[in-house]
Amino acid sequence: MTTATAHHDEHHPSGISRWLMTTNHKDIGTLYLLFSLLMFFVGGSMALVIRAELFQPGLQIVTPHFFNQMTTMHALVMIFGVVMPAFVGFANWQIPMMIGAPDMALPRMNNWSFWILPFAFTLLLSTLFLQSQGGAPAGGWTLYPPLSVQGGIGTDFAILSIHMMGISSVLGAINVIATILNMRAPGMTLMKMPLFVWTWLITAYLLLAVMPVLAGAVTMLLTDRHFGTHFFNAAGGGDPVLFQHVFWFFGHPEVYILILPAFGLASQIIPTFARKPLFGYASMVYATASIAFLSFIVWAHHMFTVGLPLAGELFFMYATMLIAVPTGVKVFNWLSTMWRGSMTFETPMLFAIAFVFLFTIGGLSGLMLAIVPADFQYQDTYFVVAHFHYVLVSGAVFAILGGAYYWLPKWTGHMYSETLGKWHFWLSAIGFNLAFFPQHFLGLAGMPRRIPDYALQFTEFNQWSTVGAFILGFAQLIFVFLVIQTIRGGKKATSQVWEGAEGLEWTLTSPPPYHSFAVAPKIK
Amino acid sequence: MSTANSSYYLPNPSAWPVITSAGLFSLALGTVLTINGIKPGPWLMIFGAAIIIYMMVRWFGQVIGESEGGIYNAQVDRSFRWGMSWFIFSEVMFFAAFFGALFYIRQYSVQWLGADDLLWPGYDAVWPTAGPKGAIPIAPDMTPGANQFSPMGAWGIPAINTLILLTSGVTVTIAHWGLLKDNRAQLITGLFLTVALGITFLVLQAFEYIHAYTALGLTLKTGVYGATFFMLTGFHGFHVTMGTIMLLVILARSLAGHFRPNHHFAFEAVAWYWHFVDVVWLGLFIFVYWL
Repeated sequence: MTTATAHHDEHHPSGISRWLMTTNHKDIGTLYLLFSLLMFFVGGSMALVIRAELFQPGLQIVTPHFFNQMTTMHALVMIFGVVMPAFVGFANWQIPMMIGAPDMALPRMNNWSFWILPFAFTLLLSTLFLQSQGGAPAGGWTLYPPLSVQGGIGTDFAILSIHMMGISSVLGAINVIATILNMRAPGMTLMKMPLFVWTWLITAYLLLAVMPVLAGAVTMLLTDRHFGTHFFNAAGGGDPVLFQHVFWFFGHPEVYILILPAFGLASQIIPTFARKPLFGYASMVYATASIAFLSFIVWAHHMFTVGLPLAGELFFMYATMLIAVPTGVKVFNWLSTMWRGSMTFETPMLFAIAFVFLFTIGGLSGLMLAIVPADFQYQDTYFVVAHFHYVLVSGAVFAILGGAYYWLPKWTGHMYSETLGKWHFWLSAIGFNLAFFPQHFLGLAGMPRRIPDYALQFTEFNQWSTVGAFILGFAQLIFVFLVIQTIRGGKKATSQVWEGAEGLEWTLTSPPPYHSFAVAPKIK
Repeated sequence: MSTANSSYYLPNPSAWPVITSAGLFSLALGTVLTINGIKPGPWLMIFGAAIIIYMMVRWFGQVIGESEGGIYNAQVDRSFRWGMSWFIFSEVMFFAAFFGALFYIRQYSVQWLGADDLLWPGYDAVWPTAGPKGAIPIAPDMTPGANQFSPMGAWGIPAINTLILLTSGVTVTIAHWGLLKDNRAQLITGLFLTVALGITFLVLQAFEYIHAYTALGLTLKTGVYGATFFMLTGFHGFHVTMGTIMLLVILARSLAGHFRPNHHFAFEAVAWYWHFVDVVWLGLFIFVYWL
């Protein structure tokens, strides 16, 4: 080996500049995860404003316009500020360690993709302080015209911040692809990669394919708003439905961007605590790729009620239902991994099992929504809200929390408090189901989403939902406390941490060295 | 402490990413303020753009220095290649959004607008159109009056520009062959011709835009035809501008004696980018100008 890097690491900046200037995958991973945690509370507070208003029918706490700002911003923050950065944080920490690399392939660009995010969210969140100018965007996170064309300056802030988030995501995705394709240790063939790495490779391709499409969609919005174009204006020959098509061509792959890495996390955690290798590894890889492929040909199932041609409705209905097949393969494999395993139920495993169970409920309600005539009833009701919170909260967020517990001892070198972890899990699981399960019934009974008021007969379910949401929200404070406690000290973690853990990251010390694998490990 | 025995170059901590992000923030905020007519907007935009340009010069400058200093091994080179290829793929998808919009409008939504006579009585839903309330298209060779526009014909400047870009694809390949043979004169001549063709393309496109605005009555506001025409060709023109600047950098580096037959990632990256711009143009020529 050459010594081309000899003049490297002469100095490590300390204090704040360490974090501002870092090119280290672990530092950047930590930044992403902490940013995500911060935004989790920002977006969560907005959710609690929504739920507080919905505790009773009538208008109590906020104006309808502010309520609309909350629903819009809650979604934008949770999607782009919480779930996506959390996954990139995991990717940064784990991918180099899991494939036997010293770092990410393009370390300076890695830093850049992170530091765009705080600036982008400053831009987005600043709109909340511009209430006299119309405040934050309030037309829903999907930014449908004509509402978004008519909105105030907040919509422009949102569009430009989405551009910045898009740049960040594309750069991050490029880095993940270059790392996985080029930085694997000798012998780490593609089909030996841990499933988390596989799901991220596929997710990175989804990001590259659709974030630029979102950029195009919001650019058209911006020019319609300020430069007199008529993309979405029928008087000029355009069509507001065009925006929905372009948006959901981004939006549907986006929901898999939000869930595929979660599949990867569950596929790492479950074998460890079942003490069995992952069942059907190859079929997991192919199922992930199939889901990614199908995600590009199902977008119009978000638009069944806008007046599509019948052939379109049928195509998108059947294509959507097809996704249940590879997803079913995955659920089957997770269950088979646990079958006759020698299972223990540490916090990561609890979150992973809850993920499998609750995500499946969300998947099944998704199948109901895929049926066109049924969707005509469900469209824009709380049934949809319940569905996507089952896949995004008990799906993506629970997997993220499980992953955090799973690797926290590796990252910090300390074991966390299992007692607090279990409290966190059970309060989250109970709070979550109390908050969102009743929303299925509300939706089926006809309660529309994104409305600050409702008819009297919906009161009881809404009150349960609000109580559940507050339990879920405040339970997350336990997690913050636990993370701080674990960083500061605790029982020393061994290299392997978990008895059943397998993979390269567990061969490194806890915490691992600054450059993960300075010498590439040999893979059997 | 160094990176021990790993030969993969891991750069030192760098301040440029975070400063570039701040520049991006200033540019974005300035853009929002400018388009809403708020005072300091343009200044913020200029400030942000200046930071970004300065940082790009410094950042790329350092990368060039590292590359010429010989500290990148073959594996680093491969990372760059993967990075550039997939960056170009993401650019392709950006254009795909606008092409998709064009196809959807032409194939579906305009026809639907004309299908129901109750909605827009008398609206003749044929392409090109500025919509039921927009200007009326007339034959390309006629002078449009008030509330009329002429669509852009394909066989004038656009056809010449097609020829120019296709030729520039050849000249950049000739330059590459020169580099591979270590024939510096061929490398520099080929690059010079490519840059010259790129600039010619841009000048002609500027001329075409002026013609559209002054003589054809065709503007960005001319309904959905004007919107798709100017946004697609405009973003393409912006990419040609970027590509030309990249080619100029490569030309300057070639003149400075950079690149070797077995070590010239930057040259290939720019060549790929140039071919990408070329292919997008072919799509534009066929679907925006011709058909």
